[in-house]
Amino acid sequence: MAASEALVVELGEESPGARAWRRLLRRKSAVLGLVIIVVLVLVALLAPLIAPYDPAQQGWTAIRKPPSAQHWLGTDESGRDLLSRVIYGARASLLAGVVSISIALTFGVPVGLLAGYGGRWIDALIGRITDAMLAVPFLILAIALAAFLGPSLQNAMIAIGVTATPIFVRLTRGQVMAVKVEDYVEAARAVGNPPVRIALRHILPNILPALIVQATISIATAIIAEASLSFLGLGQQPPAPSWGSMLNTAQRFLTNAPWMAVWPGLAIFLAVLSFNILGDGLRDALDPKER
Amino acid sequence: MLPFLTRRLLQLIPTLFFVSVIIFSLQQLLPGDPALAMAGEERDPAVLAQIRKEYRLDRPVYVQYVYWVAGVLSGNLGESMRLKEPVLTLIAQKFPVTLQLALMAIVFSLTIGVSAGIISAVKKDTSIDYAVNMVALWGISTPNFWLGILLIFLFAVHLGWLPASGYVGPFEDFWLSIETTILPAFVLGNSFAAVLMRHTRSAMLQAMGSDYVRTARAKGLAERIVVLKHAMRNALTPVVTLGALEFGTLLSGAVLTEQVFSIPGFGKLIVDSVFNRDYQVVQGVTLITATTYILLNLLADIAYVLINPRLRG
Repeated sequence: MAASEALVVELGEESPGARAWRRLLRRKSAVLGLVIIVVLVLVALLAPLIAPYDPAQQGWTAIRKPPSAQHWLGTDESGRDLLSRVIYGARASLLAGVVSISIALTFGVPVGLLAGYGGRWIDALIGRITDAMLAVPFLILAIALAAFLGPSLQNAMIAIGVTATPIFVRLTRGQVMAVKVEDYVEAARAVGNPPVRIALRHILPNILPALIVQATISIATAIIAEASLSFLGLGQQPPAPSWGSMLNTAQRFLTNAPWMAVWPGLAIFLAVLSFNILGDGLRDALDPKER
Repeated sequence: MLPFLTRRLLQLIPTLFFVSVIIFSLQQLLPGDPALAMAGEERDPAVLAQIRKEYRLDRPVYVQYVYWVAGVLSGNLGESMRLKEPVLTLIAQKFPVTLQLALMAIVFSLTIGVSAGIISAVKKDTSIDYAVNMVALWGISTPNFWLGILLIFLFAVHLGWLPASGYVGPFEDFWLSIETTILPAFVLGNSFAAVLMRHTRSAMLQAMGSDYVRTARAKGLAERIVVLKHAMRNALTPVVTLGALEFGTLLSGAVLTEQVFSIPGFGKLIVDSVFNRDYQVVQGVTLITATTYILLNLLADIAYVLINPRLRG
């Protein structure tokens, strides 16, 4: 072990993770995406410290005020500070993005591994269920689930997570099918490794790049889905701030207070864009053909 | 062709079965007494008893499912609790509105997305290519309900050129119908155009690097003919198939677009039903959407085989 490590150091070879990271940093748009994501995460975490006002604090003397030195982004129909609400809204959006995709990964990857590695009968059964779930358009299934579960941020995250699960089942299965015929998997099988160990130790690490890329892009989709559900009244419930529900309210005051419609939408756009360009960058950086 | 069709049709059966199971299961998610939840505002014991009897809520779940599927297969998707009308009738009333919107959106996105994708591929690595890619990224990342709100502000509130909301059917007043649907169709087609552009670009780049394009160039054909006749014809096959597959995304988008522009279509029906706890309608709309998607998928596959002679068995 020590000898092989020394050899790696001597040859100046880097680990696959380090190589991908280095190649990711070479792509300006991906770095920009990463920077925006880091800023958004910091904004969400430090919201109580950086928000100038309490996001739920109503001010009857400051109803629908345009942007000013006091309220940088203006105020809403209840006199609440829009900047503070946009800052706190980052929490709901990022939480929904990460939690729902984590749900999808938690269920989708093991089921996908089972389908790809479990044999024809299980594969056919999982395949048909996946087809059925993918047949219902993403948002319509999420709306239906959120409607039956009841409107709340937690249920919206569950609905989006469940809806995104078949994407990961199908991706994992496809990747497993491609990888399981490789020599190193055959070798692992030949020396008597049990199937679970082969799936977890030999197959999973090799399909990880594809999963990381898909998860990043799916977070963008999940953020839009959460904003959509909140816009329809099926996500975060008022008075808790969320970008989607802020846009819903803003639509009613478009004539008198158009600024209310600008900032939450811009925030959603930036969050979604950052995950999309990071996903694109990761796809290129993790592509083995580009080594 | 016949064996392919038979195989493909047989595959539909389990998929449709699982779709029905998923949609039926939604009902099981209702917290508490499902009859109470399905009755909505109604608290009359007689109504509750009727719901229990109609949906056989006192019987085991699998029995309920069998009766539900039997109803669906005979064209009975239940009745709207709120509107007291058969769900299928409601869907039939609303579907043409969404279809008009979706078709306009498809025409728009095919025109913009495909031409932008071709230009981008032909002008690879130039400023035009970068600009088109930026616009596509913008299209994919912009939530369509936000875009809708901004366009309403610009074209309806600020400029006063177009109505902010509402819908007029094409057979009532054609031009007014166009006026009421042009903004929603643009909003709906926006992200679809971006997706089409990206796919067209990569398919064109692949085609342009192929042997038959090199041969066409070697024959001395004009570049315009090489691009439009040789590369494009081959590159567009998968793109058109993708168009059918993305129809589901379009229907998802229609839910939000119709909400923003107050268009009384399919999407608005599902949202209104959600808020009125009209669960039969939610289930019915979801089922019809999924079935439409599955059938379009089948048509896309058949079209793909018809277009590509190598796949004909």
